[in-house]
Amino acid sequence: MIGGLFIYNHKGEVLISRVYRDDIGRNAVDAFRVNVIHARQQVRSPVTNIARTSFFHVKRSNIWLAAVTKQNVNAAMVFEFLYKMCDVMTAYFGKISEENIKNNFVLIYELLDEILDFGYPQNSETGALKTFITQQGIKSQHHTKEEQSQITSQVTGQIGWRREGIKYRRNELFLDVLESVNLLMSPQGQVLSAHVSGRVVMKSYLSGMPECKFGMNDKIVIDKQGKGGTTDEAGKSELGGSSGKQSIAIDDCTFHQCVRLSKFDSERSISFIPPDGEYELMRYRTTKDIILPFRVIPLVREVGRTKLEVKVVIKSNFKPSLLAQKIEVRIPTPLNTSGVQVICMKGKAKYKASENAIVWKIKRMAGMKESQISAEIELLPTNDKKKWARPPISMNFEVPFAPSGLKVRYLKVFEPKLNYSDHDVIKWVRYIGRSGIYETRC
Amino acid sequence: MTDSKYFTTTKKGEIFELKAELNSDKKEKKKEAVKKVIASMTVGKDVSALFPDVVNCMQTDNLELKKLVYLYLMNYAKSQPDMAIMAVNTFVKDCEDPNPLIRALAVRTMGCIRVDKITEYLCEPLRKCLKDEDPYVRKTAAVCVAKLHDINAQLVEDQGFLDTLKDLISDSNPMVVANAVAALSEIAESHPNSNLLDLNPQTINKLLTALNECTEWGQIFILDCLANYTPRDDRESQSICERVTPRLSHANSAVVLSAVKVLMKFMEMLPKDLDYYGTLLKKLAPPLVTLLSAEPELQYVALRNINLIVQKRPEILKHEMKVFFVKYNDPIYVKLEKLDIMIRLASQANIAQVLAELKEYATEVDVDFVRKAVRAIGRCAIKVEQSAERCVSTLLDLIQTKVNYVVQEAIVVIKDIFRKYPNKYESVIATLCENLDSLDEPEARAAMIWIVGEYAERIDNADELLESFLEGFHDESTQVQLQLLTAIVKLFLKKPTETQELVQQVLSLATQDSDNPDLRDRGYIYWRLLSTDPVAAKEVVLAEKPLISEETDLIEPTLLDELICHIGTLASVYHKPPSAFVEGGRGVQHKRLPARAGSGESAESPDVGQAVSAVSDAPPAVIPSQGDLLGDLLNLDLAPPTSNVPPVPSSMQMGAMDLLGGGLDSLMGDESETSASHYRTEVQSPQPPECSERELGGDVGGSPAMGVSLGGAPVGMPAGLGAAPAVGGGLGDLFDLGGGVGVTAGSYIPPKTVWLPAMKAKGLEISGTFARRSGVIHMDLSFTNKAMSVMTDFAIQFNKNSFGLAPAGPLQVLTPLSPNQTVDVSLPLSTTGPVMKMEPLNNLQVAVKNNIDVFYFSCQYPISLLFVEDGKMDRQVFLATWKDIPSENEAQFQIKDCHLNSDAASNKLQGSNIFTVAKRTVDTQDMLYQSVKLTNGIWMLAELRIQTGNPNSTLSVKCRAPEVSQYVYQCYELILRN
Repeated sequence: MIGGLFIYNHKGEVLISRVYRDDIGRNAVDAFRVNVIHARQQVRSPVTNIARTSFFHVKRSNIWLAAVTKQNVNAAMVFEFLYKMCDVMTAYFGKISEENIKNNFVLIYELLDEILDFGYPQNSETGALKTFITQQGIKSQHHTKEEQSQITSQVTGQIGWRREGIKYRRNELFLDVLESVNLLMSPQGQVLSAHVSGRVVMKSYLSGMPECKFGMNDKIVIDKQGKGGTTDEAGKSELGGSSGKQSIAIDDCTFHQCVRLSKFDSERSISFIPPDGEYELMRYRTTKDIILPFRVIPLVREVGRTKLEVKVVIKSNFKPSLLAQKIEVRIPTPLNTSGVQVICMKGKAKYKASENAIVWKIKRMAGMKESQISAEIELLPTNDKKKWARPPISMNFEVPFAPSGLKVRYLKVFEPKLNYSDHDVIKWVRYIGRSGIYETRC
Repeated sequence: MTDSKYFTTTKKGEIFELKAELNSDKKEKKKEAVKKVIASMTVGKDVSALFPDVVNCMQTDNLELKKLVYLYLMNYAKSQPDMAIMAVNTFVKDCEDPNPLIRALAVRTMGCIRVDKITEYLCEPLRKCLKDEDPYVRKTAAVCVAKLHDINAQLVEDQGFLDTLKDLISDSNPMVVANAVAALSEIAESHPNSNLLDLNPQTINKLLTALNECTEWGQIFILDCLANYTPRDDRESQSICERVTPRLSHANSAVVLSAVKVLMKFMEMLPKDLDYYGTLLKKLAPPLVTLLSAEPELQYVALRNINLIVQKRPEILKHEMKVFFVKYNDPIYVKLEKLDIMIRLASQANIAQVLAELKEYATEVDVDFVRKAVRAIGRCAIKVEQSAERCVSTLLDLIQTKVNYVVQEAIVVIKDIFRKYPNKYESVIATLCENLDSLDEPEARAAMIWIVGEYAERIDNADELLESFLEGFHDESTQVQLQLLTAIVKLFLKKPTETQELVQQVLSLATQDSDNPDLRDRGYIYWRLLSTDPVAAKEVVLAEKPLISEETDLIEPTLLDELICHIGTLASVYHKPPSAFVEGGRGVQHKRLPARAGSGESAESPDVGQAVSAVSDAPPAVIPSQGDLLGDLLNLDLAPPTSNVPPVPSSMQMGAMDLLGGGLDSLMGDESETSASHYRTEVQSPQPPECSERELGGDVGGSPAMGVSLGGAPVGMPAGLGAAPAVGGGLGDLFDLGGGVGVTAGSYIPPKTVWLPAMKAKGLEISGTFARRSGVIHMDLSFTNKAMSVMTDFAIQFNKNSFGLAPAGPLQVLTPLSPNQTVDVSLPLSTTGPVMKMEPLNNLQVAVKNNIDVFYFSCQYPISLLFVEDGKMDRQVFLATWKDIPSENEAQFQIKDCHLNSDAASNKLQGSNIFTVAKRTVDTQDMLYQSVKLTNGIWMLAELRIQTGNPNSTLSVKCRAPEVSQYVYQCYELILRN
């Protein structure tokens, strides 16, 4: 199991050092600094073995988190734990920075004591942790006996992510379907790979211990219902989704630990008792029938040894009534660029020497439109034999629909003990499609 | 001011100040002081001097302060054991606190204080906490047992904590169960043979129930524990799999990977034709692909594991090639791993896409990545034959970029492509030669030199090219030197007239001026070969090379199986068993995959049989492509078939003379013929680097002439070597002169025995025997007239018999047989007569007629009579046949009192057309694999094991007609003993 956990600043100075196992000595702290943080070469692996001691590290801005062990630990678990540790810290004090870590080092030690015991990760749900690890310096007597047992049963219980007795005057929930659409296209316009990775983020402000059931236009469910002949009453698109005729094929999905996985496995229904506040209900991935919001058509011509001509056309490919926002096209330029002249039809374009790219920004663009940029790039003559790698042209944008075609069909809420019904809950759904790695080779 | 100030105090007298603050009456000030102490401790300052003062702050109702003090204690207790005792009272008291959080904190901290005296006091509170009413305390106490075990294992056993811990597996709270499982698993690791975890269907059921309810971490502990269980049968295996599969949708990648581990392991037990098996395979792909959208560090762990999974079960991800395409922003470690998997998944169906990708990668910036991409193109060419041409042209494009490391890498892989597809792409050699000057890496230089040597006849200026390398011979790495030596020898054998000087130069550089033993040895071998027998040298050095294997970098199957049991862990990341990186005995037991139900293939012959059945289960990809199954499996010290040099017919002498030109022919004289014809070599020629060079020292059957001809070594041969005795000795070592030569022994002919006594045949006595001479079976008969009158008109007839033996002509007893006269007749037999099965099988009923009467007798022939001359089986065929013949058909015999070594035995048997197909040596035991073909086309395969110094040998015979085996055995015995 995890033998110790260290946090360093960018210089390699230790900010936090917690050792859990006897086989990890103080020298391990230095070994990591010398061999990884101060290493001359770029990091070649997130796992490093130094003198039979293994170091796992992740970096958040310029802070290094390293877990160390001498045993054959579950490597995936160690990384998951490190990410979780980052989440917990962020939930407590915001951004992970040297300043914040130093200011909260007592809290961090307290957290590390609680969520790792002898190197075994324990309950690390912020919701639960915040009930008894606070920065208030509460005295142990503050809690009543009931409160105490409520804390412990929540920390160890089946529903570790939600406490009892939550009350809201207005029961309300927000669903965000956030998708990132990824594309790799060849210069000729052939899709080399495309996938959508999506997340359903829920903000719940519900009283009591509500039972929720979530439905979407999952092909498997729709097909099953179609065959059965009877349409589930829930099939009515109550949440403003479109006709619900189309269904989408989900390649794979993963769920927050509140979702009953065995039920999903057997019935493909998504039921759960949600945590209070914001959390990520599910993640999913699709590869079929993706709506690619933009198409990039590049044209690069080398004119002699000192000049490049670049023309890039972008076409929007969605309903004309919808508007894409925050559009940015990034056209890489060679390292020996001496000057660039740009002409674009729409938006603003600038050559950014520090980023070795022409950045073209358009605030808004409606569907089924087209725009174009052309640039002349002057090059300095070089002796460098190495060819310019021609990195792909990348794009950023935001569109108000889900490129995967996912639609929320329903989210039903039952709270048998309190007297509010599904109809009393105010529900909001929003779809946002963003560019992930959206690249076209040139 | 904020807490960060504590990190910056560097004043002198700080400790003194802190001491004062710690003893302050004000609570706030005290707390601030403790914080300062902890901050100093963190950055590595020694604040142990404050021990008593800090411990004094322990008695507080402020939980936060208490935790800080505990943190200090855990760090320094070991260095101040005596003072640590001061804390015990507080701990014991806290363990009775009404607040469960405080009870848990106390027991958790106490377990971290590794001081013997404290552990003594820990036992009682721990016992109580293990049975605490609050689950939070119980789950903490469960882990504490593991802590205590780490400090004092004996104490834990003596106190009976292990049993209490086992009871916790049935606890009502899932988190308590999970922690108990984690603690037990860890303790069990240090007692490999204890039945501590005692996994049985009941406990497994409890674990599976807890699995649905506990935290993500608890699920990992439980799944990792489940993976150590071996289900009783495939039904149990399936039912566990069914309950584990929902975990594949968990958001936590570690839960997913641990579930994959359980499934991959338990799948082994499911019959492949089961529907569920297919369902499971399908279910595994999506979650594995999803892992690739995790954070890069986890992607790396996932990719390392996928690499194993793809090798174990390629079918799972065979359609998912695209997800492994490299993204521009992937960290380098992810890129390299993806590339590796891409090559493993490359197939004819997706090769076009893969190649297009690889070509893109070859223009990237990271040198390692680019090299690997270029290498990958070469591997694609070797793996997917249809793509070879495209790969070669892609490589040529890359060479045109003139990027130094790309060119070098491309040349290295092109050499491999030449090895795989000889005489196909040699047109590119000219392009390669253009880049000769830019090569500065040994591997690339060696590859280029190999190419020049191998295709010397097609490169006009090969001698110039090689000569240019020769100038800096001693500055080259060994790899290049060896290659240069071989290449020049090849060149000489191909173009002897112009290159004699060059070859002498390189030989003397290698043998005289080098202090590298490998190089010198190889130099001497070539030298002797060339001086002794250029024909043989040509056969050896220019022998056709075996094709190279496709999958050279696969993980060895047993290691792969072990790593599959470690999916998700560090072992799977390093691709090494835990014992390679974990100190001490902890967690290093070897894990094995369970056996598939119903795969009870009975072991055949103890050795070959197992090897063969093991192969049928093992993934086939690891077997080298050259198809040298036998060579690999049986680890035979034979060369591949292609380099088997047949006895050189004497007509070759002309060639030899040509080759030698003027310089060497006088050395050869008449001996060349004899030596050539005796030269039954099985040497492999020196191979390019990827093929083991060590094989060179193979089993060269030295010719008797060799020693003599060595006397006349070429000019410039070191004097010491010219001396016959030294040479003889050296050669003996090098070539293992002892075995292998031997003049072919004739078939064994048993002495004549009396078949028909005179008493029974009115004075005619017939004795006889059987012999096989130049492919014809003869019945050698002696007729003796013991009667008083002359006998005439002899004739002979056979009854129908097992192998259709019949006289090929009439019995030729020309003269009348006078009394007391004996005549010897040799009657040729054919095997085309009528067939009837006899008992015993080799029984032959004969009728002989003369002027007096007709006499009947029966005799038995040795079955070796029927062994035909073309009974040597190809080795692959042999192996295939051996596998094919069911094991019931195998018979085993003991041959006693046979004092021959394996080579002599092999020779002797060959005289009777029992051919040695292969030989293998294990320790002192030689195993000969032999084949025999009968006149009626029946093949017989045999394994003869001869132990040095043991007169008893073991013979295993396999034949589709097992009834013959026994007679074969008789023949063996006859032949070997006589």
